[in-house]
Amino acid sequence: MYTQSFNVPDSPGGKPVPLAPSLEDPVLQAAFDARIDADGRIEPQDWMPEAYRKTLIRQISQHAHSEIVGMLPEGNWISRAPSLKRKAILIAKVQDEGGHGLYLYSAAETLGTSRDQMLEGLHSGRAKYSSIFNYPTLTWADVGVIGWLVDGAAIMNQIPLCRCSYGPYARAMVRVCKEESFHQRQGYEALLEMMTGTEEQKAMVQDAVNRWWWKCLAMFGPPDADSPNSAQGMRWGIKRVSNDELRQKFVDATVPQAKVLGVTLPDRDLKWNEERQHHDYGAIDWDEFWATVNGNGPCNKERLATRVKAHNEGQWVRDAALAHARKQQERKMKEAA
Amino acid sequence: MSTALKEWPLWEIFVRSKQGLEHKHCGSLHAADAAQALDMARDVYTRRQEGVSIWVVESKAITASNPDEKGELFDPAADKIYRHPTFYDIPDEVGHM
Repeated sequence: MYTQSFNVPDSPGGKPVPLAPSLEDPVLQAAFDARIDADGRIEPQDWMPEAYRKTLIRQISQHAHSEIVGMLPEGNWISRAPSLKRKAILIAKVQDEGGHGLYLYSAAETLGTSRDQMLEGLHSGRAKYSSIFNYPTLTWADVGVIGWLVDGAAIMNQIPLCRCSYGPYARAMVRVCKEESFHQRQGYEALLEMMTGTEEQKAMVQDAVNRWWWKCLAMFGPPDADSPNSAQGMRWGIKRVSNDELRQKFVDATVPQAKVLGVTLPDRDLKWNEERQHHDYGAIDWDEFWATVNGNGPCNKERLATRVKAHNEGQWVRDAALAHARKQQERKMKEAA
Repeated sequence: MSTALKEWPLWEIFVRSKQGLEHKHCGSLHAADAAQALDMARDVYTRRQEGVSIWVVESKAITASNPDEKGELFDPAADKIYRHPTFYDIPDEVGHM
């Protein structure tokens, strides 16, 4: 499961901009607010403010796109997995990501968008997905590190989404989270195994950790001070925990895991702060992060091109299935006549 | 079926998690027809033996009550507390009833 814990505008070039307040029917708005205040859930047929609907469509579809694009970096390693066992595990994981994308697309469709519209957004490059997938997976250790750290970060992000105020999104996230722990554990276990190997294999794990660590910290999104829409997301019960708080939880959880694994995390400022009872960590390079979000990461073009090619090459299958269904129906009608 | 249809229709998926339990709604998916919807539901919703039986229903075939009318629809049941066993006082010595 993958998402960036924040929601960036799909239009090109954008850092988040504050949402404009919308004019809604005050009676309906008051009933909606009261339900949110009571920690109630909103279902598809219920009235909701347009801005709430739009924010959810954007967030859920970005999340779905992330699952689908997230299949690509790991999918590259299916044919090169070091054993049949690891190959079977990786296929199952990649299939799960596809499934997670489908749960999420369905949830977004309950808000009045269509699958075709969402896919068009992704394929035209207008819609965003998690930037973490715009980095290359150079070695087998990257596959393990993606499971351990990228999925680990995503789990932190997504457990609070199981309590999201929008029912279909929350229910999809419950399914996703149930399946997710396998993703992180298989990655960590694959790395443990490599760490019992040769010096070269151990160096490979450390190298992968060095390349992914900062990118995982950035997955939680900009610091709270630079997240103009976080407060609105919290007000709506879409976001439950702030970016910085989630990031801190992730760092605190990961440090002991790194120790057991026998790798170091590439941050000289990373140390336990007795007073805060948390780890301090260094400054994240947000310029690099935004450059990648805005299309200039190392693999943005390649990922999108691969996705579009797969979709286009599958067109005849979708057409054939529809033609088959139509023929079957016509035959049935003829027999009945 | 209209030839203009490019998107596969939407289906609602119900899964019986084990023999003896009811089918429960678990989500939706797109498929060209019912047989394909069943195949896809197997892959999307039962990758970890979550079910022993699947129902698929085309979403447009479902008629739903209107949430805005839930007051009128469900209110008549609210004041009929005598429909619940706890409405009745039975002497303690009768024991469990």
